[in-house]
Amino acid sequence: MVSQAGKPLVAMRGIVKRFGAFTANDRIDLDIFSGEAHALLGENGAGKSTLVKILYGLLSPTDGEIRLEGDAVRFSGPQSARAAGIGMVFQHFSLFDNLTVAENIALVLPPGETLAGLDERIAEIGRRYGLRLEPARPVWTLSAGERQRIEIARCLLQDPKLLILDEPTSVLTPQEAETLFATLDVLRGEGRAILYISHKLEEVRRLCDRATVLRGGRVVATCDPRAESVRSLAAMMVGTHVVDVRSRGADALGPERLGVEKLSLTAEDLHGVALDQVSLSVRGGEVFGLAGIAGNGQDELFAALSGERTAASAGAIRIDGISVGREGINLRRQYGAAFVPEERNGHAAAPDFSLSENVILSRHATGDVMNGNLVDLPAAARLAREIISSFDVRASGVDPAARTLSGGNLQKFLVGREVSRRPGVLVLNQPTWGVDAAASAAIRQMLIDLARQGAAVLVISQDLDELFEISDRIAVIHHGHVSEPRATRKVTREEIGLLMGGASQHAH
Amino acid sequence: MSLQIFELVLFTILAAATPLVIAAIGELIVERAGVLNLGVEGMMICGAATGFAVAILTDSSEIGVLAGILAGMALAALFGLLTIFMAANQVATGLALTILGLGLSGLIGAQFIGLKRESLGHLYIPLLSDIPLIGKLVFSQDVFVYAGWALVVGTAWFLSRTRAGLTLRAVGENHASAHALGIPVRKIRFLAVLFGGACAGLAGAYLSLAYTPFWAPGMTAGRGWIALALVVFASWRPLLAFAGALLFGGATVLQLHAQAASIGLPGQLLTAVPYAATIIALIILSLRHRRGGAAPASLGVGFVPER
Repeated sequence: MVSQAGKPLVAMRGIVKRFGAFTANDRIDLDIFSGEAHALLGENGAGKSTLVKILYGLLSPTDGEIRLEGDAVRFSGPQSARAAGIGMVFQHFSLFDNLTVAENIALVLPPGETLAGLDERIAEIGRRYGLRLEPARPVWTLSAGERQRIEIARCLLQDPKLLILDEPTSVLTPQEAETLFATLDVLRGEGRAILYISHKLEEVRRLCDRATVLRGGRVVATCDPRAESVRSLAAMMVGTHVVDVRSRGADALGPERLGVEKLSLTAEDLHGVALDQVSLSVRGGEVFGLAGIAGNGQDELFAALSGERTAASAGAIRIDGISVGREGINLRRQYGAAFVPEERNGHAAAPDFSLSENVILSRHATGDVMNGNLVDLPAAARLAREIISSFDVRASGVDPAARTLSGGNLQKFLVGREVSRRPGVLVLNQPTWGVDAAASAAIRQMLIDLARQGAAVLVISQDLDELFEISDRIAVIHHGHVSEPRATRKVTREEIGLLMGGASQHAH
Repeated sequence: MSLQIFELVLFTILAAATPLVIAAIGELIVERAGVLNLGVEGMMICGAATGFAVAILTDSSEIGVLAGILAGMALAALFGLLTIFMAANQVATGLALTILGLGLSGLIGAQFIGLKRESLGHLYIPLLSDIPLIGKLVFSQDVFVYAGWALVVGTAWFLSRTRAGLTLRAVGENHASAHALGIPVRKIRFLAVLFGGACAGLAGAYLSLAYTPFWAPGMTAGRGWIALALVVFASWRPLLAFAGALLFGGATVLQLHAQAASIGLPGQLLTAVPYAATIIALIILSLRHRRGGAAPASLGVGFVPER
C-alpha cells in the first residue's frame, strides 16, 4: 500500500532546535510517505513534541530544512503549514471550552473563507469519516472523544496531505480509540499520511507501518513496529530494559481502612462534576483502582477524600473506622492518611520551594519536621535527602527547587514524601500522568510495596494499563457515580472501557 | 410630573450614561481579548484634558475630539507595550497608568482652567426632532450619544457575528490554544487595547467638550472605575453594559433632582446614591450568573510565545 521507492511527502533533514543551552532536537532526519502511518516514539523529553511543532510551523528550527514533495519550505506559522497541507491534532486539545463546535472549527478556516454553509461542510466530513458532531454544542459539554473529533474534523476541512496526531488515545476509552482507528484507516486509504505520536506500543504495532524512535533529542532507530515486540520497542525508547513491576501474591486482606459512604458533593464551578452517593471501601493490603476519563468527578472525589472540601456528614468518610468527613486535611493526616494530588507543580508541590520546604508542606501535620510550633529545618533537609536516596530521585544540586526536577523525578519525590511516612491510607490522583516509563514503573512498585505492608491504597487513574497492572479491585467513576468494584482478575478491559464510556450498570 | 420634565430627566440620564457606555464598551473589548486594563480612568481624563486643550487652541471641537481619542490611544499603546510585549503585570501597570493619566491631565489642562467653550451641537431634523418625547430623546442628541449607541450595537454584532470577533473571543478564552492554531495573540490583544484607549479618550472628550464644556482637574470623578465595574457585572456583554450605564446615569440625575427638591437628606449621602445603586444592581446581576463561565478564561494572564 505504501510505495517507499518514490519521493517522500515530507523530508526533514538535519533538524536542530535549541532552547538556550538545551538541545531538544539534535540533527533529526525524518521521512514520511503518502499513505503511510508513521509512528514517532520516545520517552517524555525525547524531543517528539518539539519536532512536530517545527513541522507544524509553531516553532522555527535552529538549523536544518524541511522538504515538502521535494521543495524546501519554511513555515512562518501554523497557517502556512495548514495551507501547505499539514494538519495537527493536539494532545491537550487546542479547543476553546466556551465556544461552540462550529465556532471552534470556523477559527481555522483560511482567511477570506465565509462561515456560510459551514454546518453542512461539518456534516459532510462527519458522514465521510464517521465523525459525528453537533455544531451548536459548546465544547465544555463534550467528552474527550467528542473533542478530539472536532480537532480531526477541523483538520480535514482543509484536505490535508499529512495529519499529525499527538498522543491521540491518552484521553480516550478503548471504544473511543477503536472509532479513532477506523477513521484513521479511511484517511490512509485516501492516500493521506499520518504521523502518530504515542507511547502506547501495542497501538503503534497495530496501526503503523514504520516507526522512528527518538531518545535524548536524536533518532536512535527506524523500524517496522510490526516486526518488533513491545519489549524491544520499549528498550529502544528507554535505552535499557524496563523492569516489570513485581506483582504481589494473594496476601490476606486486612480490615477496611478507608471507607466512603453515600458521599455527595456539589460541583464547585461551571465545568465541575457533582458526586452522587459515592460509596467504596478499601481494605488494608489492597490497591484499589478507580478508572475513569478525566472530568468525571475524580478531582471532586480527591478533594473530598483529602479534606480540601468537607463532606456534609462526618460519617461519609472513615479512616480506620474514625469518621472524618467534616475534618480538614491535617487531622486526616494525623489519623494516618496521606494524599498525592494530580497536579504536581502547584498542588502537590510549590514549584519555587526547595524540596525540603516541600517536605514541610505535607509533613508538618504529623510532626516529623516540627519542633513545637517551629519548623525543624535540619530535620526537613534530612528527610528530603532520605526520600531522594531511597526512591532514586534524580535532582541536581543540594536541595533544588521543585520545578527544576523532571516530571518523573518530581513525582517519585512526591509519592516518596508520603510513602516514607508509612501511611495507613494513601490516595493518589493520576500518579503517573506524563511520567516516563521507568519512573512510572518505580512509582507503581512503591504503591504495591506499601500495600504489602498493610496500607490501603486508592489509585485514581485514567491509565487502564496501570490499573490492570497494580490493582486488586477496579471500579469506574463516570459523571460522579462510582460503579460496583470488580476483582481485577475477573474483569476485562473492554468491560471497564464500556463503563468508562457511560454504559449503564444495574448497580445504579 | 409633566411630560416636559419627564422628557428632560430622561434626556439628562442619556447624557450622563454616555461616557460610561463609551468607556465600558472599549474596556469590554479589551477584556474579551484577555487583557485587564485598569487604567481606564487615567486614559479617560487624559482624553478630557487633551480634547479640551486642543479644541481651545484650534478653536475646533472636532479636532479636539480627535485629539482626545489619540491621547487615550497613546496611553493605551504604552500599556500594551509593557503588558503584552514585555509581559509586565497587567494589574500593576493599569493602576500606574491611572496615576500617570491623572498627573498628565493636570499638566496638560493647567493653562486651560476657567476657560469655557460652546457645547457640541445637537442634532436637529425638522419634523422628526419635533415629535414629543421620542423626537427629543432619539433625534436631538449630540454626536457622542449616537457614537455610544453605535458602539453598543456595533460591538454586540462584531463579537457574535463576525470572524474577527470570534478570533478576538478565542484569544481571550485560551491564548495557548489560539497560539497553537496560529492566531497572532499579541497583535490582536494590542489592537484591542488601542481600541479600548480610543474609547476611553472619546469618553473623556465628551465630558470636557459636551457634558460640562470646560476643563477641571479630576473631572472624570471615578467614571473610569464605574466603567470597569460595569464590564464585569454585565458579564462582558455590550447590551447589559449599556443597561448598567443607564442605571448609573439615572441614579446620578435623580439624586441631583432630589438635592434640588431638598428632601432633607445630606447632599453627600445623595451623591453616593448612584455608586451604591450601581453596586447593588450589579451584585444582583452577577449573583444570577454566579456559576462563572462568563469571564474570558485567560483574562489578566500574560502570554509569551516560545519560538
